[in-house]
Amino acid sequence: MTATTQSKPSQEEHPITRYVRKDRIPHIYCPACGIGIVLTAFATALDNLKFDIDKLTVVSGIGCTGRASGYFEADGFHTTHGRPIPFATGVKVANPELKPVVISGDGDLFAIGGNHFIHAARRNVDMLVLCINNFMYGMTGGQQGPTTPTGAITSTTRFGNIENPFNLVSLAASAGAVYVARWTVLHARRLAKSIEKALQKDGFTFIEAVSPCPTLYDRHNRFGSGLDVLKLYKEISVIRNFSDPMKAEIDYSTRIVCGEFVDEEKPEFTQRLAEQSARLQKR
Amino acid sequence: MSSRTERAPITQEKETVQTWDIIILEEVCKGCAFCHTFCPRDVLEQSDTFNAKGHYPPRVKAIERCVGCKLCEAVCPDFAIFVKERSPSKR
Repeated sequence: MTATTQSKPSQEEHPITRYVRKDRIPHIYCPACGIGIVLTAFATALDNLKFDIDKLTVVSGIGCTGRASGYFEADGFHTTHGRPIPFATGVKVANPELKPVVISGDGDLFAIGGNHFIHAARRNVDMLVLCINNFMYGMTGGQQGPTTPTGAITSTTRFGNIENPFNLVSLAASAGAVYVARWTVLHARRLAKSIEKALQKDGFTFIEAVSPCPTLYDRHNRFGSGLDVLKLYKEISVIRNFSDPMKAEIDYSTRIVCGEFVDEEKPEFTQRLAEQSARLQKR
Repeated sequence: MSSRTERAPITQEKETVQTWDIIILEEVCKGCAFCHTFCPRDVLEQSDTFNAKGHYPPRVKAIERCVGCKLCEAVCPDFAIFVKERSPSKR
């Protein structure tokens, strides 16, 4: 069999790159970073749904994952730190035709933007929040954040973290999100299916993607390269669909509970707003 | 022979095998090794030569084993590999 590799990118075009700005590829992420896999999964989900790119708005905050909005052909916002969800709420309220997708990191969404997250989930504003969780602040140098596991070593916790981490799926489920799922980046196909499902739902949907950070978190904590971490995910991750999100812990030494946790229907914020506005205008 | 007993042989149509091409965009690869580590059919391997940025991209070891599951495409963080159905004319 003759070799089928081709070295010239101009000859063949990647099938999902019609949703991606080709002039921005290769992206800035480190080798073996999981953010790229999530971007691939998102582009694959858009491709499978044949999603209208004019109906999509990608909003992202600050950080490594914050760069994501610049890589998609859709309209996008690269917003201030922690505020992608208020921007997305504004997009949705101003033009309910659009589907805002927030792609951001754990530090941006849950430390600086923690209150925005829980209140958008409580209001049930129609958007997809795709949180890429790498357990600390990546771009600023690996500081401890709200998702850093107890005992983990980061740039600011050299003798181990003494705080308890957030359980993001439990937080989202208790705040009122209509769809909550967690996958590791190794579950790339399940992640893409989950994004597809969340894009079709009407309401606040939340997907957490557990990602390696080979440059900072995995180096500080001696987990090895990104490849070693993905092999670890293969060993320790278990899928428990619709189990109790309170018990869905993440522990690199024992297990990572993945799966869909919540899938329900609730009245959506902008629909209620339109109904009320129509009712009041009749009076 | 009555028409009830007449029937076409089961293997009338020529059997075709689905074949696939793996396209590797070597210049955008960052050498993370996910594709050839997680390939369930062991189709890919790391190449000996590096690209312009000094990373070792994958290369196709045995394309006849590929079943087109596209896992390499899904786990690639860099949009650098994809699987394409081979056009029938080339078969």
